[in-house]
Amino acid sequence: MKVSLFVTCLSEMFYPHVAKDMTEVLERLNCDVEFPKGQICCGQPAFNSGYLEDAKKAAKQMITAFDGAEYVVTPSGSCAAMFKEYPSMFADDATWKQQAEALADKTYELCQFIVNVLGVEDLGASFPAKATYHTSCHMTRLLGETEAPFKLLSHVKGLELVPLKNNYDCCGFGGTFSVKMVPISEQMVDEKIRHVEETEAEVLIGADNGCLMNIQGRINRQGKRIKVLHIAEILNHQQKGGAEYANENRDGALL
Amino acid sequence: MPMKIGTEPFFERVDRSIHDDFMRQAMASAQDRLRGRKLEATVGDDSLIDWELWRNAGEEIRRHTLENLDFYLEQLSESYAARGGHVFFAATAEEANRYIQEVVQKKQAKHVVKAKSMVTEEIGLNEALEAVGCDVLESDLAEYILQIDDHDRPSHIVVPSLHKNKEQIRDTFREKRGYTKSEKPEELAAFAREELREAFLKAEVGITGCNFAVADSGTVALVTNEGNANMVTTLPDTQITVMGMERIVPSWEELDVLVTLLCRSAVGQKLTTYVTGLSPDLEADSVDSPKDYHLVIVDGGRSKALGTEFQSALHCIRCAACVNVCPVYRHIGGHAYGSIYQGPIGAVLSPILGGYEEYGELPYASSLCAACTEACPVKIPLHELLIKHRQRYVSGGGHPKASEKLSMKVFGIGASSPSLFQMAKGMAPAMLSPFTKEKRIEKGPGPMKPWTEIRDFPAPSRDNFRKWFDEHKKKAGDDQ
Ligand code: SF4
Repeated sequence: MKVSLFVTCLSEMFYPHVAKDMTEVLERLNCDVEFPKGQICCGQPAFNSGYLEDAKKAAKQMITAFDGAEYVVTPSGSCAAMFKEYPSMFADDATWKQQAEALADKTYELCQFIVNVLGVEDLGASFPAKATYHTSCHMTRLLGETEAPFKLLSHVKGLELVPLKNNYDCCGFGGTFSVKMVPISEQMVDEKIRHVEETEAEVLIGADNGCLMNIQGRINRQGKRIKVLHIAEILNHQQKGGAEYANENRDGALL
Repeated sequence: MPMKIGTEPFFERVDRSIHDDFMRQAMASAQDRLRGRKLEATVGDDSLIDWELWRNAGEEIRRHTLENLDFYLEQLSESYAARGGHVFFAATAEEANRYIQEVVQKKQAKHVVKAKSMVTEEIGLNEALEAVGCDVLESDLAEYILQIDDHDRPSHIVVPSLHKNKEQIRDTFREKRGYTKSEKPEELAAFAREELREAFLKAEVGITGCNFAVADSGTVALVTNEGNANMVTTLPDTQITVMGMERIVPSWEELDVLVTLLCRSAVGQKLTTYVTGLSPDLEADSVDSPKDYHLVIVDGGRSKALGTEFQSALHCIRCAACVNVCPVYRHIGGHAYGSIYQGPIGAVLSPILGGYEEYGELPYASSLCAACTEACPVKIPLHELLIKHRQRYVSGGGHPKASEKLSMKVFGIGASSPSLFQMAKGMAPAMLSPFTKEKRIEKGPGPMKPWTEIRDFPAPSRDNFRKWFDEHKKKAGDDQ
């Protein structure tokens, strides 16, 4: 099965190891992975700020980049949801709209793809640690994917996953919201971190680097010790001990 | 002015609210309680079979009604008039207030009692009536609490006094009304009830809002829990109902669906204690029913949304489910919105009714988490409407910062040129290295500054995924 990676600008810039982990996971599942070089950013920062025309430029670039793809898979629920939003942006441009629809139809978030398309739940991963999971808003509400990550994590050996209170509440990222509405965003991320602390988990797992960058950035600023990892890192983790792995392997990350 | 709360700039209001620990505590616990109850009474109630089907029906009813609003408004005014009631269409708040003032003055009324109504808050009716020498008493307990506390403003569309706890209410009662008992809700309610009883008997005019007006029967439906609306609508001889022009349903059949959606979403009740149907009833030869009925239908800027991408905002049935799940509202409370309409629906509605000059920040006071859209019983796409406001705001409706416009332009160019993006990615680590400490940035330059006010920023990775991927592929090819 041919899979085109859409690694997201955030991963490329700050978390290339997440892109690597995702590649390796998919290859282990016998996918023929390719990386379309024309990809940049899905355009969400502009779209969500109201700059429709600038967002369209990004969208056209992405539509073209993934033109020949069979499946487009991304390690971000939010960016996948943005691809699904493209058709609405080209409401009065039939040609682009059609192409946008084609792209939307073949786009999946990583966990969603593994569970729902490949039909696999046990990736043979092992990660001995106590962890909790942040359900990102766009993944659950815009993409409607609420179960896949939990199914995958339930098979990770040694991983004790504890529920997070008010997990449906936003972490305060919200793209440009995090810089436009700093004082509000701060309260939101602080409450999120409080709930994470209450779980006494060592690791916080998520499937959206935007949220994770926000939560981790705040955790670091507060000098707290919770580790923040993308689910691809957990799923690609085959042998080593969990918590130590987190320390060694996050190149460019904020641990 | 009446829709507006306070005069401070947005961020000052936010700052003050965030530091009000009392209010924050009240908001968070009220939200948790209301959310839980709503879930139990909606998705969690098997007797409904499938809550989603109810939402679909609600959405369809609201869409149909708003698409045919002129028809239903005409039908409503005819059926109301046929029963002997008077109907007045007010284009503005001033027109509505003037009409009501005239009615009251003609009756030489001095005492007015009111049931809960957001639209009368919106038009500032109490002040208008006080200006012509009337004494106005709010009979909804929450509104009464606010009124006696020097006209404090509502912080929630369903429970206007949500920002106050029972100790604060006790103190207000003591200070303003000589109350001597405890903070027990029953005692507080009993005390208010005593004062209200007298007012009900004295009042010449009763004023209510309107949850839904039934077009074909000329009936105003009121959904309440305290019974005060029944007193307001039966004792005073003159009845005035004030409604937003969109609060209309075709017939009792649709009313049934919407009342179900409203009660369950607002307070998690299958049905509120009272659902009152009020129609002018002049033919019956009863001696003790009211003698005079007025229906004031307020536009107040609503028609600006008709036929636009914002029309669905008028589908709102004011249940506050969106407010109760909103994480922004949770932390800043109602007053910080600066409008009597707060939370997600407030952020959508206030700029429509009051303009961007006054409410331009509100559409940005959302992380677009879409909890509101998910909660709305009539499926208003609230987070999408917030984005639509932003689009309007930046394309001429408001005053976006020039620097933001520029950076979005640059974004558009960068996001459509892979070579530029690669160049930027390649240069970023070096450019940011003066700010970078142990792979993190604590004080970022330029646009990163607001981010790093409260959090660290990751240093751009020196690793290049594209290079790794090429090599990785090549290696795999070699191995074969
Ligand atoms: S927008 Fe929807 S959820 Fe919010 S108050 Fe109106 S009807 Fe209720």
